[in-house]
Amino acid sequence: MPDGASALQLVFGGDPALYGIVALSLYVSLSAVILAALVALPFGAFLALTHFPGRTFVVVVINAFMGLPPVVVGLAVYLLLSRSGPLGFLGILFTPKAMIVAQALLVVPIVAALTRQVIEDLWVEYREELTALRVTPSRRVATLIWDARFSLVTTLLAGFGRAAAEVGTVMIVGGNIDGFTRTMTTAIALETSKGDLPLAMGLGLVLIILIIAVNALAWGARRVGEIRAG
Amino acid sequence: MNRRILLGLALTIALAAPAPAQDKAIVVASTTSTQDSGLFGHILPIFKAKTGIDVKVISQGTGQALDTGRRGDADVVFVHARPQEEKFVADGFGVKRFAVMYNDFILIGPKSDPAGVKGKDIETALKAIQAKGAPFISRGDKSGTHAAELALWKVAGVDPQAPPIPQAGTGREVTGGWYREIGQGMGAALNIASSMNGYVLADRGTWLSFKNRGDLDVVVDGDKRLFNQYGVMLVNPATHAHVKQDLGQQFFDWLVSADGQKAIADYKINGEQLFFPNATVPGA
Amino acid sequence: MRAPVTDLPLAFENASLRAGDVEIVSNLELDIAPGAPTILLGPNGSGKSTLLRLAMGLVQPTSGGVTWGGRNEPGERLAMMFQRPVMLRRSAAANVAYALGKHDKRVGELLAQAGLAALADRPARKLSGGEQQRLALARALARDPEILFLDEPTASLDPAATKAVEDIVSAVASSGVKIVMATHDIGQARRLAGDIVFLARGRLIERADAAGFFTSPATPEATAFLRGDLVI
Repeated sequence: MPDGASALQLVFGGDPALYGIVALSLYVSLSAVILAALVALPFGAFLALTHFPGRTFVVVVINAFMGLPPVVVGLAVYLLLSRSGPLGFLGILFTPKAMIVAQALLVVPIVAALTRQVIEDLWVEYREELTALRVTPSRRVATLIWDARFSLVTTLLAGFGRAAAEVGTVMIVGGNIDGFTRTMTTAIALETSKGDLPLAMGLGLVLIILIIAVNALAWGARRVGEIRAG
Repeated sequence: MNRRILLGLALTIALAAPAPAQDKAIVVASTTSTQDSGLFGHILPIFKAKTGIDVKVISQGTGQALDTGRRGDADVVFVHARPQEEKFVADGFGVKRFAVMYNDFILIGPKSDPAGVKGKDIETALKAIQAKGAPFISRGDKSGTHAAELALWKVAGVDPQAPPIPQAGTGREVTGGWYREIGQGMGAALNIASSMNGYVLADRGTWLSFKNRGDLDVVVDGDKRLFNQYGVMLVNPATHAHVKQDLGQQFFDWLVSADGQKAIADYKINGEQLFFPNATVPGA
Repeated sequence: MRAPVTDLPLAFENASLRAGDVEIVSNLELDIAPGAPTILLGPNGSGKSTLLRLAMGLVQPTSGGVTWGGRNEPGERLAMMFQRPVMLRRSAAANVAYALGKHDKRVGELLAQAGLAALADRPARKLSGGEQQRLALARALARDPEILFLDEPTASLDPAATKAVEDIVSAVASSGVKIVMATHDIGQARRLAGDIVFLARGRLIERADAAGFFTSPATPEATAFLRGDLVI
């Protein structure tokens, strides 16, 4: 990115480096949320509906992991994916794939814990009806998730917020490589360390606007869905 | 039906990678000084235009960069701590060390210069800073710069970690806590020095491209002991078979060639050259 | 060829349900046989809803037992309609298809039977109270039940909607489905009943066929109830 340019000039001037960074940030964080959702939505629902020995412990741990420190997750994933580590043969360290996996790990507890709460509350309402209709346990999970879809969008947004805002994980497993693994947050960290604080702050505002835009789109989709499905 | 579409979309996004073609690319573990100064931004496009090889730079402190090389997570290591580089090769992690360029360290401090070190040599300056108890920011992160800083304290015969000694006859005590180890890169160190008007040892490259100077300026430079040599090594394919030996070799061949050395010398900020190529100088 | 599995007669054998310190139903002895609708009548809190849930297999008695056609486990052809039915967040037709397990022409037939053919694509949650009750009925009928349990289905409906529901229930009863319905509305019991099971305070007080019950109730509680007194 050109030196001394204000963030605004970069945005409206269509600076390709900035747009590349924005695209990568969205790609990584959105993919991480989708990947996390594939695991965490059914798991959270399962946790809500099934009582097994040790369930309370699992619930407490999942809730606690909502606060997993990103830098610790980043370090752990780094050690796993390093060529000297057990999964080194995958060769995905310092690539966006590693960043997606690491961010997904951060997002899973958030989506699972919030899904559990949403589904548990919904089950109180639906229990008798679904039992009377003799719905099998696996079908129950799918039905509750689908019927709770609007509340679950909010949990996914919470997960996205966490992913888009963090820097510790993607810095360590991505390496902040120019043009390849540099995201908004790592770019902000870099400009700060170069002393270009106005640009760093400007990028920060762009990031915030991006997050708001994603939330607004999700809210819009939710409203349309609610009007159509009641 | 809605569900299937969503699932399909999810899988497509997750699996399809919009990453550029990765056939010709190497990973170089380097230091924050080469990145923050903007050197790579200048020389790498020239290299890519010539060879088509994408150089992916991971910028970490020297200690971390060498560790990355040891683990086999990079193909090339490009740092500035000669003893550690030679040990890296001796331990079998690197093939051979080549000198590439040098720059110098400079002592940065507030314009008000409370320790009165301007224009002095580095040994005298460091002693004065300790005597006065003026705030000094150390990178404290096992980087090349940090190693150089510690070596200079040794030369000055000062232990910056020692508890303060009350100055006899002056009725004044030197308060402790003047030596601040932050464990971060050069840019962060400069930011902190700027905000607390402290002294800091920096490499000229990072200083020239640093924008948040506040009240800071160069107070000591030119001392022979502030010389800072950069070396480059290929990570040993015998230890890590996947290392891209051929492409990595092309990178250093270029760095030490007339072309690469010229590219390094051409990098200037405000007309001032940051790095001085010296690949051909024996014993560098 | 095996005899078809049936859940009738549905028998309560000294069944009680205790929750904490309270006995919600006590020592129920009751046989429900095929035929005209059985109405569970009684004031609020008399245990009607609990009896239905025991019969549906939604809860287990804490003592005594329930048998279905002589078996200890309920069969498949039971369906229930609740006082406040839960509408799935999808269209009316999709709700019926859900209960049916698939989407075929039976969906259309069931909706038509419930008078909801025009509302097939409307989101179920946007239907009026009466329409939702009829949809719940269509859903229950999708399971092709032998016994249909209804828990105060019209308690929150206006008279027009109530009539619509009662008409469907009568039609269903005529087609051979056994109806077991709880209500505290004497008029409704009169309109629909074959036989009456009168409950108060968790106990079965009186059992008689409709004509006999309304003209000459045998117990003081039933008499008081029919007179309009509060049976505490």
